[in-house]
Amino acid sequence: MYLEVKFAGFGGQGIMLAGKLLAEAAMMEGKQVVWIPSYGPEMRGGTAYCTVVIATKPIGSPIINNPANIVVMNRPSLEKFAPMMKPNGICLVNSSLIPITSGRNDIIEIRLPCNDVAIALNNPKAANMVALGGFVGLTQCVSIQSVEIAVKNEFHTKAKFIEPNIAAIRKGAELAVTDEVRVKYEGVKV
Amino acid sequence: MELIFKKPESLTDTITHYCPGCTHGVIHRIVAEVLDELGLRERAVGVAPVGCSVLAYNYFYCDFLEAAHGRAPAFATGLKRANPNLIVFTYQGDGDLASIGGNEILHAANRGEKFTTIFVNNAVYGMTGGQMAPTTLPGQVTTTTPFGRKVDDVGYPIRVAELLATLRTPSYIARTSVHNSEGIIATKKAMRKAFSYQKENVCFSLVEVLSTCPTNWGIPPKQAAEWVGEHMVPYYPLGEFKTPEKVH
Amino acid sequence: MAKLLMKGNEAIAEAAIRAGAKHYFAYPITPQNEVSEYLSRRMPEVGGCFLQMESEVAVINTLFGAAAAGIRAFTTSSSPGISLMSEGLSYITAANLPTVVVNMCRAGPGLGGILPSQGDYRQMTKGGGHGDYHLIVLAPASVQEAVELMMLAFDLADKYRNPVGILADGLIGQMMEPVDFDALPKPTVYDKSDWITDGAKNREPHLIRTLFLDPVPGEIENRKRAEKYRQIEKNETRYEIYNLENHPKLVIVAFGTIARVCKTAIDELKTMGIEVGLFRPISLYPFPYTELMQVGEKAQMLLSVEMSNGQLIDDVKMAMQGKKPIHFYGRQGGIVPAPDEIVEEAKKLFNVS
Repeated sequence: MYLEVKFAGFGGQGIMLAGKLLAEAAMMEGKQVVWIPSYGPEMRGGTAYCTVVIATKPIGSPIINNPANIVVMNRPSLEKFAPMMKPNGICLVNSSLIPITSGRNDIIEIRLPCNDVAIALNNPKAANMVALGGFVGLTQCVSIQSVEIAVKNEFHTKAKFIEPNIAAIRKGAELAVTDEVRVKYEGVKV
Repeated sequence: MELIFKKPESLTDTITHYCPGCTHGVIHRIVAEVLDELGLRERAVGVAPVGCSVLAYNYFYCDFLEAAHGRAPAFATGLKRANPNLIVFTYQGDGDLASIGGNEILHAANRGEKFTTIFVNNAVYGMTGGQMAPTTLPGQVTTTTPFGRKVDDVGYPIRVAELLATLRTPSYIARTSVHNSEGIIATKKAMRKAFSYQKENVCFSLVEVLSTCPTNWGIPPKQAAEWVGEHMVPYYPLGEFKTPEKVH
Repeated sequence: MAKLLMKGNEAIAEAAIRAGAKHYFAYPITPQNEVSEYLSRRMPEVGGCFLQMESEVAVINTLFGAAAAGIRAFTTSSSPGISLMSEGLSYITAANLPTVVVNMCRAGPGLGGILPSQGDYRQMTKGGGHGDYHLIVLAPASVQEAVELMMLAFDLADKYRNPVGILADGLIGQMMEPVDFDALPKPTVYDKSDWITDGAKNREPHLIRTLFLDPVPGEIENRKRAEKYRQIEKNETRYEIYNLENHPKLVIVAFGTIARVCKTAIDELKTMGIEVGLFRPISLYPFPYTELMQVGEKAQMLLSVEMSNGQLIDDVKMAMQGKKPIHFYGRQGGIVPAPDEIVEEAKKLFNVS
């Protein structure tokens, strides 16, 4: 297996954490993994993104110019990264904040209202967890159980965040594969 | 016969390379006496500068490092942080400490590094042949101020003791002179205090010692000693500028 | 303990502690600030010392003092900071002192940029500071390898009493990969009692100096150092080879981050029926000249791939002694070439479009 995904959004949306939890989960499953952040001046405000590569054999290039999959949490991220995607990948769009579509018909665009889902769960900051759950639910690249363990490890000193975040991940995983949320575009085989 | 005067144990038998009338030898001896009297020689590590006293390690009978120009306080910081049991001292001239090493001494003092600095101020670059130092007096002729130091062009001499005494971090900062016997006695007293503060792990300590450079000043030794009293002391007042007990 | 997912910068910091380095002096510079941030929390836990110094100039000279005191100490910085330390590195080498300096290389010259680069290859391997000296230079290509080389660096520094440089880049520093600390060997403890300055008690004073005004002892010191470098060259070359089994006509030479990118390119080329090998120097000084010659002789041509404007290629040329054509592909300014670019470059050399 070889999977690459870029998480992108505003600074403060928990982009880095979402990617890190995915990477941790993959590591726990004995997979090879690399997590690469954006860094430097671009971290100040603006778009934050990180890339995660998960594979069963050693990972060569850690640099991914054309990501296979993206999870975009805000409009500038969709506009920036959707055109760079390889064909046939998954583009998970946070439809709560992104009114537009990618305009591409050779990718699988999944619209998941991450912020609305998080608000409905009474955990408005957990839109990133909803998105992470959604991506894992769609790709099955790691098990949801592994992600849950990663969450427990991450928040071991802040136990009160564990259950709400796990709930958001589970909800995202559940919704991402339902027909109401998933929008299939013509010409693309899911 | 009773022995009443001898070479301090902390000095070697080597004949120094210093010029006639230079007071480095006097200052070396004061430091060595203090190390002996406080029983510190076996724990002492000196840090030599770049300048006339670069070869100080030939004259002190204790462990020694030879620093890069101006960096002795950084070397000393590394030594002392690595082994707080050491008694660390830097021995630096005015070009080394006040010019190229201005930043290192400022920050070491400000961190309150618990070592001792002996700052020898003779108002000139000695080893390189008498160029203007940051401490060269207004109007003083040197090889690079042939018409005398012009303060409107290159500023006034830096008063290091006063400058470092403005730092909030507790320290012991004094200025003495070795141009006469009272000065030598006062220097010994200040040096003893400086090393005692280090021994008790209290604070950073620095003794600025006004010194002579007959060779580069172009005057005989006796006159050089008088020149310190007449010209340097008025600009560089003697005394304690800061003690750790008193918050300034 | 299980594997940990760690940023390269943090893993390097932890590796140093595991190597027994409890003293760390540094000055802030991107892209390696995570090391200081990590150690400012971690050092108090292990009874160590982190000191943020006033400049890189102060940092390197503090390391001189710490090394003279006989302890393991280190710093991390990035290109402009290493330039400022170069003088001190020359002194530390001249004084035969051990220390470890990590260069998370960024784009240069000048203030340059903070993105990954290998533009300091020459600075690290051929000097930087003045005089006849070398750093031992190790270049990791992954976070795990960075940890292993960091630990090795302290051992080599003590063994040869010579500073060791780690040359990596912001990518290695910033990316997270799984790290296994448990499998690492224990650090070697070297007896330093005959030269350190720890107080002349019941022995003659120790003097650590670098000034030799008399040319005769000056030359003797340099000859001793030269002999040390011959030993290092004999014993400490390290490298990795990849996909040489099918006798490829083309061998890529690359180190660090870009060597990984080359591996991906080599895998892609294989799917197109083009066999390309990789020679990855891990020790940049001592450079594995002989080993590269042995590999390169069997190929038709070599390609030096760099994140610099042709620096590594000089050593490739030295290794090959004019026997094979050597091509170059490099990107600068903080750009990491993508695998596709290297695939295209290789295809050009095979006249395949």
